Amino acid sequence: MHPAFSVIFFTVSSGAGYGLFIWLAIAQLFGLASLNTKTTLIAGGIALVLITAGLLSSTLHLANPKNAWRAVMRFKTSWLSREGVFAILFYPSALLYLLAIFMSDHETTTFIKLLALSVIIIGLATVFSTGMIYACLKTIRQWHTALTPANYILMSLTSGAVLLTLVLLSNKVFAASMAITGIGLLILTALTKAIYYFWVHKVTGPTINTATGFTRAQVRLLDTGHSAGTFLNQEFGYQADPSLLKNLKVGVFVLAFFVPSLLLAGVATDYLGVGAALLAFASVLAGLGAERWLFFAEARHVIRLYHGAQHT
Amino acid sequence: MKLGLVIDLDVCVGCHGCAVSCKQWNTSGTTGPLTDYNPYGKDPSGVWFNRIRSYEVGDYPHNKTINFPMSCMHCEQADCVDVCPTGASYKRAEDGVVLVDQDKCMGCNYCSWACPYGARELDRASGTMKKCTLCIDRIYDERLDEYDRQPSCVITCPAHARHFGDFDDPNSNVSKLVRERGGYALMPELGYNPTNRYLPPRVTRPIPTNDVKKKSLISSVKEWVNQAVAR
Repeated sequence: MHPAFSVIFFTVSSGAGYGLFIWLAIAQLFGLASLNTKTTLIAGGIALVLITAGLLSSTLHLANPKNAWRAVMRFKTSWLSREGVFAILFYPSALLYLLAIFMSDHETTTFIKLLALSVIIIGLATVFSTGMIYACLKTIRQWHTALTPANYILMSLTSGAVLLTLVLLSNKVFAASMAITGIGLLILTALTKAIYYFWVHKVTGPTINTATGFTRAQVRLLDTGHSAGTFLNQEFGYQADPSLLKNLKVGVFVLAFFVPSLLLAGVATDYLGVGAALLAFASVLAGLGAERWLFFAEARHVIRLYHGAQHT
Repeated sequence: MKLGLVIDLDVCVGCHGCAVSCKQWNTSGTTGPLTDYNPYGKDPSGVWFNRIRSYEVGDYPHNKTINFPMSCMHCEQADCVDVCPTGASYKRAEDGVVLVDQDKCMGCNYCSWACPYGARELDRASGTMKKCTLCIDRIYDERLDEYDRQPSCVITCPAHARHFGDFDDPNSNVSKLVRERGGYALMPELGYNPTNRYLPPRVTRPIPTNDVKKKSLISSVKEWVNQAVAR
């Protein structure tokens, strides 16, 4: 699949935003960090900016954005529609939550607890829907797996936890517990990603033989029937250099998981400060950007079989 | 009703007549125009509802060229309709034809990702997704003769490789053809349950070659010289 920048930016940015807000609410509910009103509002504001920037970017890949409002119409069948509905529902509960925090001056009332819970649930539902948009496609075996939504949720929570550590540190709030949570998540996400890369390596699914129905002989493409590019070539024909894919995978593990884990360990043990947390978050973002690019570049749609690929 | 096409791979000659006729009819039809990009330039491209590809099946000398026309299969399990967030894509309950409402489409490309047969193409000019309509603006037009109430590609095919009919009726022409010739669906393992069926090439007697005369010495030399000379 062609890796579109708008969609890569959208999933990384809004993923981090939802993750940050979810951790903010969890920290509030379970007293993970001693948050004050100012820090909560700053973190909530950053999360909403990241989410909004991502959602706006996602509309950039629409060819006919004037009909974008209709995207909420098929909640019953479409994961894209569900994502849109949950993303819209997130705003009132998130804003109400921040407002309630501001009004009560950070006293954890039952109302705030309920709002925190709704923010967590709707946030997770949105990220899960984002993952399911890809996972529900039977045409792309690299995406059609339960690991896809699992990866999306874990990466959102991981980048959110690292970002919350950064926000806490820069507001001089005790952040060791958040940093340790971040390290745990980084390890868990790295493991799931490793499982995904191992799994996606194995070739399964339709072949050029089942695509054409000639299952008892070798089938080769003679002619695609067109001399110039078509929509199908542009959308599904993307072919990345295999060595680039391999190197980027190493880059994903180093940037998204290894470097931030070390930096957060330094933060948790008080050896390192805000600078390290900032570097950790930047590293996570770069790593996740590469991971998302790979997610698209490695996905091979079954239509490629009709254009001569022997398998996907 | 379950309307669809049967495509006879035994007789398709790969002339692209179906694609051209389809383009001509549909560019002024309900989902038209089928925009062309750079039509007179170096790399002409555009929206087509039919694509014809050619494959070589088997290894020489037991090989065969198969011309392979593909358009929308009007699947019974049409994931392109399920994934559409706007409700622009829909499958008609009365005849199973899958259509796109051009007024509702937002051009997100998601349906084209869900289609395994490459039936959907985005029109960059209108920003909407377009696809085979099974000539919906033609098959129900009572002002046309009975014969003309068929998709444009079917009428135009000079080899009679395309047939249109109702798969729900066991005695329709398409049901009979599928039954008699072993018509099959493409990529059944994905579970889309496409309506369109493909008829495999007939098993025919091989053309005998044992009575072909052996080459004379002079013709062998001529052939060798012909290959050896660099032009």
